[in-house]
Amino acid sequence: MINEAPTNLWLMIIALAISAYFLKMFGLVVLGSRQLPKVFDRCLGLIPAALLSALVLKDTFSVGQSLVVDARVAGFVVAVIAAWRRAPLIVVVVLAAGATAFLRAI
Amino acid sequence: MELRRRNVGWHFVVTELRRVVVSSLALGGAVGIFALSFGVASVSAGASVWQTCALSLFVFTGASQFSAMSVVGAGGSMLAAYGGAVLLAARNMVYGLALSSSAKSMAGNLPRRLFAAHFVIDETTALALAESSPRFRKVAFWTTGIGLFTFWNLGTLIGALAGTAIDPQKFGLDIAFPAAFIVMLVPHLRSKLGRQASALGGVLCLVSISFLPIGVPILIAALAVLVGVRNDQ
Repeated sequence: MINEAPTNLWLMIIALAISAYFLKMFGLVVLGSRQLPKVFDRCLGLIPAALLSALVLKDTFSVGQSLVVDARVAGFVVAVIAAWRRAPLIVVVVLAAGATAFLRAI
Repeated sequence: MELRRRNVGWHFVVTELRRVVVSSLALGGAVGIFALSFGVASVSAGASVWQTCALSLFVFTGASQFSAMSVVGAGGSMLAAYGGAVLLAARNMVYGLALSSSAKSMAGNLPRRLFAAHFVIDETTALALAESSPRFRKVAFWTTGIGLFTFWNLGTLIGALAGTAIDPQKFGLDIAFPAAFIVMLVPHLRSKLGRQASALGGVLCLVSISFLPIGVPILIAALAVLVGVRNDQ
């Protein structure tokens, strides 16, 4: 849960909205049809691969700063299998949540 | 003869337009489901319904929104949450570049371009660039953009309202974040570089979780993009 005041969450949302817009606008309007160096392009394209897997692992195997293994692992395994078989998101979430909830209930 | 030729041309344009609009709307529906899970996950991470809706209205780039609320929900600092989300938003800059350099498809006066910028995201870029003619690119961009924006925000609102009504722990909904991240990650695992960056990012995050402040390991994981530096292909 949130450790800081709700005002801070509002400030973060505002800062993020401005930054996200600026990044979109910078590419479309300011840079226009200029070319970025290939390496730069490639590294920016890899950000989701690197960050999403970090986020998955953090959300599955950690509570705060400690690594834990709990009912979420069941949901994680189910989600990986479902996503790999290209199930739509709603199916992935429902199956994963079901597996986690089931393990918590028993 | 002249008339018939013109009719055929007009018919072609209408069918093509319909194809572009239908694919945009289909995508919008799918994105609405994604937004639903964002709404639920965001309020269960501690945001209010208003804050959740503000994220979808004004940030309007899915992975960043999910990432920010995932870090906040885990008890991370706002700065760490912001940092990860901005890193994920950085690729929109490349999309903007691709859109404006693709045969002037996004040409127009400055105010319109400034407005269009808000809609430069994965889906609008993909669908616009999939079209071969500049005119259809423009149509695809705007129908996808407006359609997605509508579905994304409707889905967020419904999800947020639903999320406040149920106990997320009991229904296993804390798994909604990783599940959504897994779905977003899968397409990036198709390339070798993507798999390398993903594996390295995961390892960097896991080894640093115990000694770095909450959310910072996500920033450290970004170092994994450096696998793209040496690999020249």
